[in-house]
Amino acid sequence: MTMIKLLFYAMAFIALASALFVAASKSLVRSVFMFFITLFALAGLYVLAMADFVAITQVVIYVGGILVLILFAFMLSGRENLNYVTSVQNKFISVGKFPAILLAVAFLIVLINVVIKMDADNLSWIKNAVAQKTEIQPDSNMTENIGVNLMTYYLLPFEAISILLMIALIGAAHLSRKEETA
Amino acid sequence: MITLTDYLLVGAGLFCIGIYMVVSKSNAIQVLIGIELMLNAAVLNLVAFGKYDRFGNGGQMFALFAIVLAAATTAVALAIILNVYKRYRTIDPGKVDNLKEWEG
Repeated sequence: MTMIKLLFYAMAFIALASALFVAASKSLVRSVFMFFITLFALAGLYVLAMADFVAITQVVIYVGGILVLILFAFMLSGRENLNYVTSVQNKFISVGKFPAILLAVAFLIVLINVVIKMDADNLSWIKNAVAQKTEIQPDSNMTENIGVNLMTYYLLPFEAISILLMIALIGAAHLSRKEETA
Repeated sequence: MITLTDYLLVGAGLFCIGIYMVVSKSNAIQVLIGIELMLNAAVLNLVAFGKYDRFGNGGQMFALFAIVLAAATTAVALAIILNVYKRYRTIDPGKVDNLKEWEG
């Protein structure tokens, strides 16, 4: 029990710290690779929340797909993007960033207030789930359950998302083609 | 035992870091990374609540849908960024301020 808690705090610390580094880093490539670590730590958090299939999907799609796409965009969009940030400012917090920091901190305060006031662990349906043992146990086989649900109860969103992926594929190919005549 | 509130707090922190990046960064790719951080915070909340729903699986299922949607958005957004770079030779959102026909 305490081992799980230790792992959780380690993962949460890694995720938040690397996300902060992503936001504060001067070097863009470095921040992309730190984003890599954030995503892995988040996959660990999903495992601790008993969502192993979601964690694997996170690793495959985010780390394998999205991050490679972002690196491609770096390579294709010119070299001056990679090192121009260093020439702009050297201070950690500059005056120009102050409104953004203010907004983020204010939003964080609001969110933390909401989370603590909501007291999610005492919501009625969650108490019900714990009492009736319908929460996910460490030994329950969730992947099979997800497959069955995907093909029955969630079939409509599944089909909708397949059409949307098709549209995104065509749209991305259309946007990135060479323009022939203006 | 890890409580639900812990997950929600981690999600709140990630979301705010994402907001900071979206608002303050002067590079479209970093703005995109900020959006991805916010999406991941949302997915973390979905997964944390989904733990208490073994048979319906609502949380995990929509976490999967959100991840796939994020992949689709990223592909299209990067295609747009490359197009913007081709036209303006910069991807600073603050400097992209012309419509197509304006030849200034």
